[in-house]
Amino acid sequence: MTTLSDPAQGSFNLSMLINDTRYRSYTFQALALILLIFAASMLLSNLFANLAAQGLNISYDFLWAPAGYDINQRPIEYDSQSSNMRASVVGAINTLIVAFLACVSATIIGVIAGVLRLSDNWIIARLMSLYVEAFRNVPVLIWIIVIFTITTSALPQPSAFRGDEPTASMLFGSFAFTNRGVFTPAPVFAAGGWAVVGVFLISIAGVFWWRARVKKVLYDTGKILPTFFPSLGILIIPTLIAYFVLGSPITLEYPELKGFNFKGGLNIRGSLIALWFALAIYTGAFIAENVRAGILAVSKGQTEAAAALGMRPGRIMNLVVLPQALRVIIPPLISQYLNITKNSSLAIAVGYMDLTGTLGGITLNQTGRAIECVLLLMLFYLTFSLSIAAIMNVYNNSMKLKER
Amino acid sequence: MSDTQSQSVAFVRDTVLPPSAPPPGETGVVKWVRANLFSGILNSVMTILAIYIVYRLAAGVFPWIANGDWTSDNIRACREVIQDSGGGCFAVISQRWQQLLFGFQYPSDQYWRPTVAFILLLVAAAPVLFSHLPRALLVFTAVYPFLAFWLIWGGSLLVPVATALGFVVGYLVFKRVEKISFAAGAGAAVLAAVVSWWVFGFVTGVMSNFLALEPVASRDMGGFMLNMILGTICVSLSLPIGILLALGRQSHLPIIKWICVVFIEFVRGVPLITLLFVANVVLAYFFPPGTALDLILRVIIMITLFSSAYIAEVIRGALSALPTGQYEAADSLGLDYAQATRLIIMPQALKISIPGIVNVAVGLFKDTTLVSVISMFDLVGMIRGPILSSTDWAGVYWELWAFAALLFFVVCYGISQYSQWLERKLRTDHR
Repeated sequence: MTTLSDPAQGSFNLSMLINDTRYRSYTFQALALILLIFAASMLLSNLFANLAAQGLNISYDFLWAPAGYDINQRPIEYDSQSSNMRASVVGAINTLIVAFLACVSATIIGVIAGVLRLSDNWIIARLMSLYVEAFRNVPVLIWIIVIFTITTSALPQPSAFRGDEPTASMLFGSFAFTNRGVFTPAPVFAAGGWAVVGVFLISIAGVFWWRARVKKVLYDTGKILPTFFPSLGILIIPTLIAYFVLGSPITLEYPELKGFNFKGGLNIRGSLIALWFALAIYTGAFIAENVRAGILAVSKGQTEAAAALGMRPGRIMNLVVLPQALRVIIPPLISQYLNITKNSSLAIAVGYMDLTGTLGGITLNQTGRAIECVLLLMLFYLTFSLSIAAIMNVYNNSMKLKER
Repeated sequence: MSDTQSQSVAFVRDTVLPPSAPPPGETGVVKWVRANLFSGILNSVMTILAIYIVYRLAAGVFPWIANGDWTSDNIRACREVIQDSGGGCFAVISQRWQQLLFGFQYPSDQYWRPTVAFILLLVAAAPVLFSHLPRALLVFTAVYPFLAFWLIWGGSLLVPVATALGFVVGYLVFKRVEKISFAAGAGAAVLAAVVSWWVFGFVTGVMSNFLALEPVASRDMGGFMLNMILGTICVSLSLPIGILLALGRQSHLPIIKWICVVFIEFVRGVPLITLLFVANVVLAYFFPPGTALDLILRVIIMITLFSSAYIAEVIRGALSALPTGQYEAADSLGLDYAQATRLIIMPQALKISIPGIVNVAVGLFKDTTLVSVISMFDLVGMIRGPILSSTDWAGVYWELWAFAALLFFVVCYGISQYSQWLERKLRTDHR
């Protein structure tokens, strides 16, 4: 059979590069490579010609020069004499902060809205559709600006909290919502405070250990051990004991009105709130759709089959529906997280100092090092996206249906 | 017991009773309300909560619109009109709607041109969107881009006509050479088009006043018009590029495959805003010294690259969703790669990928607002810049943002509804 379809073995000639399918692919690839090299070299030579004409060069020395500007949200030590590099690191951490906050809130909002949109309750389902459609179809930039406007224009000034009959008052005496941001109590760590945190982290690991053990016992012996209350106990009791044994090393510092503004406590700026809430609500609408699609993708027969086996509704949800729905939900969920991280670069529109605001904004404008700054900026987001994508591929492969 | 049986029957019903009405709780509105709103404690609580939320929304929004003021000249006059009625200053929209739609630099006596272009866009899009319309209308669709360019940017009619003629020449050459091979046809077509543009360039250079509209520079574009221009151009351009990238990524040729993979993953990994920075401050360095591309063109290039990567991923998904049998069937018919792709693979793949493409298009249209960050005056840029910082209207946030949100909502919701309709119509698998 194969001998019949094999072409005659002739000597090689040049026309075979075009007409013979065995060699044509090499011709095309060589052509593509030549074109690519040609285009790249042309772009690069243009670049160097333009740079030379303007007396510029490519250099990253500016990263170690003093930045010379202030950043209003500093997760790590920073002042205006710190280097541009440090400003970028501060910006990168700020990016990760807002992305993390928005991812968590968007997941919560999205799951609730997605489940409620499938609810039997007519008015709730309609309300959730309204939410999803309204937020999905309007640019996130508009939502960011609108929420920023609310935080800066609609909230009272700190001075409104002053006087015998203030027009505004603090929530529970500890939260102040002002147009200069939200002031909340901040934890203060005395000696041994970190030990309590350490105990808490170990407790979390303990909860996972307990759940794994429950599963093992279930599979080995068929006995069902309780999970919820032991988990809760493992989570809380050691931490409480450590807290009181060490003599309350963590206290709260409350914000107080001093002068024209609140002092002390934790100040969450309006720009952070705007970015966080807007990203959370906007992306939450997309996640809601993913969750809804995931739940609808599990066929009704699965639920009915599980019920026929005599499982209770809670177990049906946990053991049958959710694992299958999650397989559909998780991949788009991860890509929504990536979207949040990328959309957080819109911070520049409200003056939140994330990486785009520091490295791509002020540093770029002050040093004029456009190519270097934009390149570093892209590199950061690219590294982040690709590493998340790599993790996601591993997860997908482990979750993939093992089919023959 | 026997006694009772021996008794004669005292009463036998000989007519059928009319069916009694179901209990009032089991019919009509009451049943619907009980089943859908108050079926349990949790449901009832949620219903009451939802009604409260709806009431609060309505109580806030209704007086805002009903008592709104549409006629004042500035915010102070407007505040006097509305007093404490809770109404909105919609006067800003009636005062500045031309700026919101066209930007603040487009010559105001030429507003009819983008308006006509927009209406013709609907006409041009109709035969593409609705397949039952006469196919002859597609000719207008093909003509439209050149017409729209002439209407919006102005200048001599000869420029777009010459460009279109170049395409026609290319197509005719392609038809002649295609019989040799697809690749040869494509190459010859590109060559012929370039040559004819070069030749026509002399003609248009000489007759630059023939049927000329007042030329408008790209930097004068603004407002919602700019969003529409960017959205339409970039989506239409990125479709063919996206198809090529997807085919390249699925290709067996490793070099071509890796070029496409690297490009797609790079573009998808970075935020659009960094690409806009590139357009704004970096891209000019990559062009030969002396060329001055204007900002809008650089932005169009970068947004097109951005969306073509996303469209490529959508189409790649569709390509890998096609059953292998389709590829094998095309091979066994003796079709070569170009024929199989054009006649068998792409029609099916594009059909599957319609919802995804529409999602990308809607997302991209929303993302065109980002150009306001690099100081272009699109709808968002107009509101944040010239309008909110003018002394007349500083502080009128809600009305303006509501207007902007509404414009985007109408367009995006319309497109997504259309895609759902099309999906239902194209569903051939009789489920």
